[in-house]
Amino acid sequence: MTLPKMLLKKEEEVIFRLRAIFERFGYKKFKMSKFEEYDFYAENRNFLSSENILTFSGLDGKLLALKPDVTLSIIKNTKGNYKIPERVYYNENVYRVRKGTGEYKEIMQVGLEYIGEVDCYATLEVIRLAQKSMAIVSDDYIMDISHMGFVMGMIEELGLSNSQNEILLQGMSEKNTHSIQEFCEQYGVKEALKNALVEMASLYGSIVETLPKAKALCVNEKMKEALAEIEAVFSALKANGVSEHLNLDFSMVNGMDYYNGIIFQGFIHGVPSSILSGGRYDNLVHKLGKNSDAIGFAVYLDLLERYDNLQKEYDTDILLLYEDNTDTGALLKSVEMLTDNGQSVMVQKQNTGRVKYKQLWSMKERGLEIIAEND
Amino acid sequence: MQRMINIALPKGRMGEKAYGVFEGIGYGCPSILENTRKLIFENEENGVRYFWVKPSDVAIYVERGVADVGIVGKDILLEQSSDVYELLDLGMGKCRMAVAGKKGGRIDTDRTLRVATKFPNIARKYFRKQSLEIEIIELHGSIEIAPILGMSDVIVDIVETGTTLLENDLEPWEDIVQISARFIANKASHKFLNAPIKHMYEKMNNVITKKS
Repeated sequence: MTLPKMLLKKEEEVIFRLRAIFERFGYKKFKMSKFEEYDFYAENRNFLSSENILTFSGLDGKLLALKPDVTLSIIKNTKGNYKIPERVYYNENVYRVRKGTGEYKEIMQVGLEYIGEVDCYATLEVIRLAQKSMAIVSDDYIMDISHMGFVMGMIEELGLSNSQNEILLQGMSEKNTHSIQEFCEQYGVKEALKNALVEMASLYGSIVETLPKAKALCVNEKMKEALAEIEAVFSALKANGVSEHLNLDFSMVNGMDYYNGIIFQGFIHGVPSSILSGGRYDNLVHKLGKNSDAIGFAVYLDLLERYDNLQKEYDTDILLLYEDNTDTGALLKSVEMLTDNGQSVMVQKQNTGRVKYKQLWSMKERGLEIIAEND
Repeated sequence: MQRMINIALPKGRMGEKAYGVFEGIGYGCPSILENTRKLIFENEENGVRYFWVKPSDVAIYVERGVADVGIVGKDILLEQSSDVYELLDLGMGKCRMAVAGKKGGRIDTDRTLRVATKFPNIARKYFRKQSLEIEIIELHGSIEIAPILGMSDVIVDIVETGTTLLENDLEPWEDIVQISARFIANKASHKFLNAPIKHMYEKMNNVITKKS
């Protein structure tokens, strides 16, 4: 039986379609329990996007946490390694505080991870799947690509401390060129490097347009290698005619402790923040003691709740009224006839005025009768 | 046709000055100058729609994407740690965030410091860096009387000229950060309306560099 589309909310429809695609590319579903030991998250707090973790005590007194993240658990349990890659995807609720709400929220997340040797094909496959995922949500999407090697390659040239780098990265993430300039003046950064940092933060646009400009900013091998990696992925996508919607944006910097290669974020027109986010995170895998690389992404489905902002016009197609002496057998028969016809029917004794209907029907001794229409 | 750019302006003097900048670079909307109670003004010809909102709310409108760009004080951005692009320092509405207390006094590190402020996050962050134990007293106006009445030891507030402080027998003790008006953009809008926002940014940047 095919489900009528109107029955599925946008999020639900997206989940079904994403799962179908991931399965077709050989990803296996990963099902995890609702909670993990708190220590596990506390040790990897920097990887989590919000500081807050919802905790409670287990029966043996151990502190447990409702999962704020799925990737960490996948990596902890993975059997993937450099020789044998593992492909998994998940569809789980995570519990986080979304900024500005000040409360924990249950967030539906769908994502995938490729754990193994991440070569050019693996990167390409994951980025292509991210593109497909975005296209499922909306045709009007943009995917921004950055590379931690490129950004950190330049920042390492400055030879500053970690906390100083963080201030600089904060400025980068805001495309805050005046604060970057101020920072450079404060720490005596050379004019040429300062201008390069400002240019790097402001650079934005299609890969064709911006890649040559980014190349001009390279000051070491690390930066050149990073761009070569982006270029390799891009030309492979281009050869397949699917290089649209991609932009370079080096202001996107998250988690320098964990991410190390290509990172990316997806936006759709009409939603004010990114709905997809991912990248290469070998550092995290190594930190959890696994001998492997990894790349993956997650789609935040809670943000789609407001995207199709159409309230259903009617609660039901037909509001069917009956009376005390109506033959209930005949009533059920009529209801089945109407629903088999694809219409939604709500059966009530009285029209209380609370239900918004397209047509008002009544069932009397004579049979069915249309009383009113709202079209 | 290109979608309109939605601009959030802070009600008050700074917002009016900021509107002047927009008008000067070709985003005028004459109806805005009529003295009405309306809060939304449109000029289809120039492709802009302005909203007047409470100054401390500008960043929220932009962060949530109903305004694509906006003009907001750095104090608000720091206090709310808004997730937006901060594209330009307009160099107007200059003032500073400072710790102030009674004239001739100093911070007593011997006990918990009571801090009255409208900016609890900025104050907390500043004193945490100094490893001082503090107690925040969040107020919404007339901060200056808190130390006079002995409710707090210091205040953290915006200081423009310092006259208000002086008149209340207070003085600035330590500067926290310099404040001025910033041109901000929603991150998603900056991507989907990249060309028109960039155009606006460049024109504004020209005006500002010329001034300084």
